[in-house]
Amino acid sequence: MHKLYTFLKYTFITLWTVFIVAPFLWAISTSFKDFQSVNSKVTYIPWLDFEPTLEGWRVLVKSPARGGVDIVEPYFNSIFVTCTASLISIILGTLAAYALSRFTFKAGFVRNNDITFFFISQRIMPPIVLSIPFFIFLSTIGLLDSLLGLVVVYIVLLMPIAVWIMVDFFNRVPKELDETALIDGCNPYQAFYKVVLPNSIPGLIVAGMFCIIFGWIDFFFAFILTFTEVQLLPVKVVALNSSITPWWSLSASALISVAPLIIVAFVVERYLSKGNLSGALK
Amino acid sequence: MNLIGKNITYKPDNQFHLNDVSFDFKKGNLYTILGRTLSGKTTFLKTIAGLLNPDTGELFFEDKDFSKIPVWERNVAMVYQQFINYPHLNVYENIIFPLKQRKLSEEQIKMDVEDALKTVGLVGFENRKIQELSGGQQQRVALARSLAKKAKILLLDEPLVNLDYKLREQLREEFKRIFSEGLSQDTILIYSTTDPQEVMELNGEVIVLHEGRVLQKGDAKEIFENPKNLKVAEISNDPPMNILTGSKSSDQLTFENISINLPAYLKDLKSQNYYFGIRASEIKLDKEGEEFEIELAEISGSETLLHLKKGNSKVIALIEEVMNFKIHEKVKVKFNANKFYVFNNNEELVSSPYGAHNG
Repeated sequence: MHKLYTFLKYTFITLWTVFIVAPFLWAISTSFKDFQSVNSKVTYIPWLDFEPTLEGWRVLVKSPARGGVDIVEPYFNSIFVTCTASLISIILGTLAAYALSRFTFKAGFVRNNDITFFFISQRIMPPIVLSIPFFIFLSTIGLLDSLLGLVVVYIVLLMPIAVWIMVDFFNRVPKELDETALIDGCNPYQAFYKVVLPNSIPGLIVAGMFCIIFGWIDFFFAFILTFTEVQLLPVKVVALNSSITPWWSLSASALISVAPLIIVAFVVERYLSKGNLSGALK
Repeated sequence: MNLIGKNITYKPDNQFHLNDVSFDFKKGNLYTILGRTLSGKTTFLKTIAGLLNPDTGELFFEDKDFSKIPVWERNVAMVYQQFINYPHLNVYENIIFPLKQRKLSEEQIKMDVEDALKTVGLVGFENRKIQELSGGQQQRVALARSLAKKAKILLLDEPLVNLDYKLREQLREEFKRIFSEGLSQDTILIYSTTDPQEVMELNGEVIVLHEGRVLQKGDAKEIFENPKNLKVAEISNDPPMNILTGSKSSDQLTFENISINLPAYLKDLKSQNYYFGIRASEIKLDKEGEEFEIELAEISGSETLLHLKKGNSKVIALIEEVMNFKIHEKVKVKFNANKFYVFNNNEELVSSPYGAHNG
């Protein structure tokens, strides 16, 4: 019985690993192929099945004038927009979440939970509902087709996530901890940044990770709110597609698109496995 | 120069947490607040600390209006029943935290922390993480932090309640030592607890709190010997004092189906119906006694608690040895006739074995 269980467990894990890893291997292999190797017969292993070439990768850094699709600038644009928006969202979201967790607000029928729900409701709405208002808003203030405009929009998208995660986190930090800090001579601001914040690092990391992921993978708003001046990576990757689908450079761009997320995941996983995310407060 | 509270009331959502509480605490004294859970003990302490603002009433300390001073400038220290320390700091950093906040000099801080660590017995633990400590040790760190502060008001909110039995006994002994050695004559110590035994052992001024109201003030002996009313008698005894309804005649006390010869000290009592209170420890196994049925027998430590029943009368007896009883077994017990407290129909004490009270 036990053996059967072990067998099934490892079989499942193996299948799942193949399911996850295979597309990456396929993409890596494809990114080194040329037109011939993709379109003639099925090929898998470089040097054995086909002669590897760097053409797929070169296209990504060549300027359009020389027949390439330059994704270097969109890549850094994406990093800038995602990081800036995430950082601002985390700062504002954490402050909002702390207030919602610790103070009682009363305005008419509105209570703390209603405010929290208001934030979350921003994510319940399908994004397409927001597209026209955002477009009009950005064109009115003259931020259409600019990095700053995108940062503003992404803050609207990411801050609810930060608020949501951090409210839940702060609710689990005992109120007595703040009170002890007050009694020990901290004013409310000091109590927040000297005591509550250092004990909330795990929550901040989780919230930050979600913000980065959701910011990085957004295609919809990056597509609608930019034209020629500024482009983000997901939009540019789609622009790679032409009359002949260049599978090799699509694979290469897909790989470098997910690279930052994989790096983030590995860093956080290190931290997780050390047991630092849990057990800070018990 | 005292801590004075006048008619303090706190009732959020129309529920009384504190109801017209007044007090006058003198420096160098220990005050214990005795009350059940939810009786308002924590609210009482938080009000003094400044974490709660009472709806009405005044609070003065050293002739200054305390209510105008925010918590962080009040120079109070508080230990919670949960072990609250700063999880991101180690033991040493935890204890210096309030001292650094007050910008004391390095040498001063070092001395104070060493003193505090010595007092609570945690020397050698300076670099440990809080999470690595046991509950008792964590509570010691919290205590050390509040002692090192040398605050003028030290608040301890049921500091032992979340510890296991053995540790509680041990820390309680140490508390007595710490309070007598580690505190200056400048400090007001306020200690809240649900445990009457702790109150008796700490032997300070006692305030009995029930549903936000002060029922009785006095020293521990006074509360023990002359509980002002039935509620105080219940709260200040563990197990709660047995209360029997009965009547007094010229030569007998009669409960439902038990009669006891009238003890001498109750001779002058008017003959009528009363509530009679008797401590569990004053009911003994005795072959000559009344027959009761055992409903439940609990063994705790070196004692046995017997829940007894006869007709509608239910009493708890405390036997000072470990004995095995079967449920529904019949035993004979005798009430110590010289230890009856008598309460009138308004539940107020009229006579106590330690001297007549209100006549």
